[in-house]
Amino acid sequence: MSTIAADARLATRASSRARSSERLRRYLRNLGTLVLSAVIVVWTLVPIYNMVLISLEPEGDVFTDHIWPRVPSVESFWGVLTQGHWYLEHFWRQFANSLYIGLMVTFFALLFGTLTSFAIGRMRIRHGWLVSNAALLTYVIPASFLAIPFYRIMQNYGLANNPWSVIAALVAFATPYAIFVFQEYGRSIPIEVDESARIDGASPPQIYLRIYLPLMAPALVAVGTYALLLAWNEYLYQFLLLSSKSSMTVPVALAQFLSSDQSPWNYMMATAIIYAAPPVAIYYAFRGRMTAGLTMGGVKG
Amino acid sequence: MSSTQQVLAVEHGALNRPRRRRWHRHLHGSESAWAIAFVVPYAAVFFAFVVYPVAYGLWMAREPSLYGDLIANPRYAQTVINTALYVGLGVNVKMFLALLLSGFFMRRRWWIKALLPIFILPWALPAIPAFVSFHWMLIGEEGLVDSVLSALFGIHGPLWFNDRRLALGSNIVAYIWKWMPFWTLTFFAARTAIPQEIYEAADVDGASGCRRFAHVILPLLGNLYLVCTLLSTLWTVGEFTTVSLVSEGAPAYSTDVLATLGFHYAFDAAQPSLGVAAVLSALPVLIPITLILMRTLQTRDVQL
Repeated sequence: MSTIAADARLATRASSRARSSERLRRYLRNLGTLVLSAVIVVWTLVPIYNMVLISLEPEGDVFTDHIWPRVPSVESFWGVLTQGHWYLEHFWRQFANSLYIGLMVTFFALLFGTLTSFAIGRMRIRHGWLVSNAALLTYVIPASFLAIPFYRIMQNYGLANNPWSVIAALVAFATPYAIFVFQEYGRSIPIEVDESARIDGASPPQIYLRIYLPLMAPALVAVGTYALLLAWNEYLYQFLLLSSKSSMTVPVALAQFLSSDQSPWNYMMATAIIYAAPPVAIYYAFRGRMTAGLTMGGVKG
Repeated sequence: MSSTQQVLAVEHGALNRPRRRRWHRHLHGSESAWAIAFVVPYAAVFFAFVVYPVAYGLWMAREPSLYGDLIANPRYAQTVINTALYVGLGVNVKMFLALLLSGFFMRRRWWIKALLPIFILPWALPAIPAFVSFHWMLIGEEGLVDSVLSALFGIHGPLWFNDRRLALGSNIVAYIWKWMPFWTLTFFAARTAIPQEIYEAADVDGASGCRRFAHVILPLLGNLYLVCTLLSTLWTVGEFTTVSLVSEGAPAYSTDVLATLGFHYAFDAAQPSLGVAAVLSALPVLIPITLILMRTLQTRDVQL
């Protein structure tokens, strides 16, 4: 009788010890997760904090070493928006150039991408697979390797300092991805839809405009965002092909700030933040849809 | 954003083979004319702005003597070493950390869920502002990093761009900072696609922590990891933006990579053929990687 009681006591003590060591382990794991989270936050935010910090400095006070703004001032943002510094006298023109290039790249990538994927995926053109595989090859050519010949070619075409040279290059890089996504997405639309329209006497352009494009709307949104952000992020071709103050885009102007010793750094960082805001906003606005697309792409087999 | 989709799309769209059902027999004369008309715009873009520049570049760099000039130049040898370090360290550290972090983000804690939108910020941010900020952060005593070092620990930080190793390291860190979130999301998407039962089965069999990583995650994600690493290597060998903005090749052009060196030759030294040759000298590395990539995509099912 007493041994049973002793056994039971031992068992409870052992289990409570196990429970407390389990609790300790969970506590340590939580602590580790928290520390790692803190490291990730610092790692991610330091360069961004640096941008904000410098942009908030009043002019002429940039070379003092401190780690938070003593007298925060939004003067620099105001200066950028009103083009209040000679470095910034073309800011809105350059912003408009960036926007124009982005919108044109989006439009043509969507147009050429849908036309091609319609012909390959819906009309099943002969040797269509050859076209999509050739497009895939564009992926594996690093864009910077084409830059020097591209520059020469654009000089020969007489397109130097013309936004269309940048648009042409970026459309060539964005369209292969567009073709892929449209073909993948198009597989979910039954081909019978097209067939019945054909039987009713619709011509291929009518099917493309009235049936294909409306059904592809979600993919159009995703690829359109991709192309717009690609153009907004691109630097090398814009730097190479656009050199005059009125034809250049914001990234090129930003890099010019960097190459001068006398630059107003607070204005530079304010410009950087203003330029970075639209894509970040777009990204967070479409985040839900993109994550859904991601998992869809991952699961599909 | 959709660059992740891009990677995943490449994978499962992988090399469309000829279809078994040949519908084109049903295309009538006018319809097949339309189909060709629909393909022509992209074909024109492809030939004018991809094929033609490639051919033109190969033609520009056709003289064997150019390569002799390159090899004779000590700056070129240093650039090759820099590129190898930059790509080798940058890509591999980034991919491995991304693989580990994707597992971290799978945990169900509210603060980890809240962390993800912050973590992907570098990716949402355009590259130019980010790298300009990196450059200015490391500029020296006035930079944020050295200010923090002196404010918190009272030490004088180094002049980051006066030392080749530090400058090269700065480039690599900036590169990892910018691109790690993207690959983390790619692996995260792949991990969420692993059925929960597999984790549970592993749990029942007593595999957790490192053993689960080695015996469950790696076999399932191994192919994806390989494909992503190869793709990322291809894209990084030609990377221009990071080095041209973060260290600007400093000190004294000793941290240049092939893309920036080619650019200097072509535009600062007015030797475009030499520039193209410098960049094309990476082909012996790029072509095998492309072939391995194609083969991996073709023969193996990268899908989960």
